[in-house]
Amino acid sequence: MNAYTKRLMWPVIILVALVAVNIAATGIDFIVPSVHDGRLGGAFVNILRRSAPLLLISLGMTLVIATKGIDLSVGAVYAIGAAIACQMIIDAPDQTSAGLVAAAVALALAVTAVIGAWNGVMVARFGIQPIVATLILMIAGRGIAQLVTGGQIPKVQDASPFTGIGRGSLWTIPIPIWIAVLTLVALALLTRRTALGMLLESVGGNPEASRLAGIRAKGITVLVYLVCGLCAGLAGLIGAANLGSADANNGGLWIELDAILAVVIGGTALLGGRFFLLGTTIGVVIIGTLEDTIINVGLSSQWQFTAKAIVVFAVALLQSPEFRAWVLKPFKRRPAAPAPAPAEEVLAK
Amino acid sequence: MLKKVLAGIGAGALLFGLSACGGGDDDAEGGADGSLVIGFAQVGAESAWRTANSASVQAAAEAAGHELKFVDAQQDQEKQISAVRDFINQQVDVIVLAPVVETGWTEVLQEAEDAGIPVVLADRGVEAADEDLYVTRLGSDFAEEGRKAGTWAAETFADDADGTRILELQGTTGSAPANDRKAGFFEVLDAEGLDYEIVDSQSGNFTAEEGKAVMETFITTHGLDGIDLLYAHNDEMGLGAIQAIEESGKVPGTDIQIIIVDGSKAGFQAGVDGKLNYIVECNPVFGDQLMDVVEQVANGDSLEKFTAVEESAFDASQFEAELPNRQF
Repeated sequence: MNAYTKRLMWPVIILVALVAVNIAATGIDFIVPSVHDGRLGGAFVNILRRSAPLLLISLGMTLVIATKGIDLSVGAVYAIGAAIACQMIIDAPDQTSAGLVAAAVALALAVTAVIGAWNGVMVARFGIQPIVATLILMIAGRGIAQLVTGGQIPKVQDASPFTGIGRGSLWTIPIPIWIAVLTLVALALLTRRTALGMLLESVGGNPEASRLAGIRAKGITVLVYLVCGLCAGLAGLIGAANLGSADANNGGLWIELDAILAVVIGGTALLGGRFFLLGTTIGVVIIGTLEDTIINVGLSSQWQFTAKAIVVFAVALLQSPEFRAWVLKPFKRRPAAPAPAPAEEVLAK
Repeated sequence: MLKKVLAGIGAGALLFGLSACGGGDDDAEGGADGSLVIGFAQVGAESAWRTANSASVQAAAEAAGHELKFVDAQQDQEKQISAVRDFINQQVDVIVLAPVVETGWTEVLQEAEDAGIPVVLADRGVEAADEDLYVTRLGSDFAEEGRKAGTWAAETFADDADGTRILELQGTTGSAPANDRKAGFFEVLDAEGLDYEIVDSQSGNFTAEEGKAVMETFITTHGLDGIDLLYAHNDEMGLGAIQAIEESGKVPGTDIQIIIVDGSKAGFQAGVDGKLNYIVECNPVFGDQLMDVVEQVANGDSLEKFTAVEESAFDASQFEAELPNRQF
């Protein structure tokens, strides 16, 4: 087992356990997809579809965290992206025009990319701590979204092609899943098949050493925040298209915290350096499944936060080698002769 | 360069000075003709409901010939406290406060009392310990809203022989509207002796996003066959749930009856389209009623600690006629 699969082992076990609990509570239908109106449905597919915005944001967050940063503004950027697209569409005379929708989507993505880049410039160029730099927009961003919508909730007609981004499907797979998976694949290829991933880990591990080694750390940092902003904007578009409306106050509220949670569950350390896009993906699915599990096993809403905390607690503990050693200590006999097992463990590390 | 910067700062300071004067030099004594000076510290402009509320109060004050000093606190308690202090300094006749949160008001309310200025709370309340520091609270009776929904459900499903199966979308866990709308609803169902079963009840956090997500899970977990009624604690969650029901291939309002609380334009439009069956109003347009209360307070009349806003409820036959009257 190499380090990578070992990192993924515990989140996968937790996910499988959660799915098993759901199957026990509601039957095998939980996992089996069904087709409805030419779109894949069923409980688990719905979870994946609803998790798409969180996945996009968490992928961006993973890259930011790899550079030893953090982006608290993603929830507000989500709201801004949603607000811009919806407002532009409802201001137009013909909401069903495909060209209009394309322009609205392009404008929303462009603005959110600029906002992300702005965060990056604050961090890389002006040396402001990431948590402070992005906190500014976390607070101000929803105000910007309110200015865009004039304090109202713009509602797009169901007939507009815009809603397809959230509700439509291609070859029966829901569009949000397509967008999220394609983004995952693109980012994975970009960071694992080119040198970019290594440069990222290097910048996160030691920015000064990276700079001395000739890596353009500042440029990479700006790029990473830009991608994070873009992902948040895309997530906002999916969320808004699903509902056909943009709520500046509540759209993507606290999603930054869920994203950080997903990154941590996935095994990426907040200290920067090594990052695991696939781990983050599993973390996102765990969070999405957890919310359904609470309903499926019949717990009341009051349990929602507590249950989340318990699962995160369990994952964090299981991922800690010190904790595992401490738990297993009473069961381990002192080996009479150097056994092959510990040697293997050393190699694996 | 430096000169320009200094000039800019100077001009800015001048502007601030001017605007401060503009706010302060109004005649704050009130006219002899009975018109009052009212200071209104509003929560913010966080929702369509709130915007309609502000507009209603401003229009009512103008119609009644009172001068209204309106401060939008942008959901910040600090701003509200300093607004109330400004009102005290300006010696307004009555202060109207829609507190952002329930706690932390003792000091500034005491200052108002010491200055002899009565305080009326609008919409939201403050903690019970400060009850002596305001005259009355004008707001929605959330439990009554729940009871109205319950009464309609009890009548509609009175003849349902196999028991009424209910799904509930609650508001934000622990919030007063969520607690009271739930309690009032089931209080009536129990009192009327309706044979019902709560199939599931979860929080949708008052948002369309979570309302839709929770409804999707309800549908995959319980199915919609045999579900009689969905009770959503507000418009947004109800509208989200309606989308989820439509996407599952069922007809909202027909296959499953739906009650929502609030009564926004969007909610009534869905009603006109036949997608829901009963709307309990949560009325933000209480400006006129607020002016009556303020005038009574200024006259020194004694009032109950709580004054309920006038609210009604609408069934399918009334949706179309009521839609044009909706303010938010």
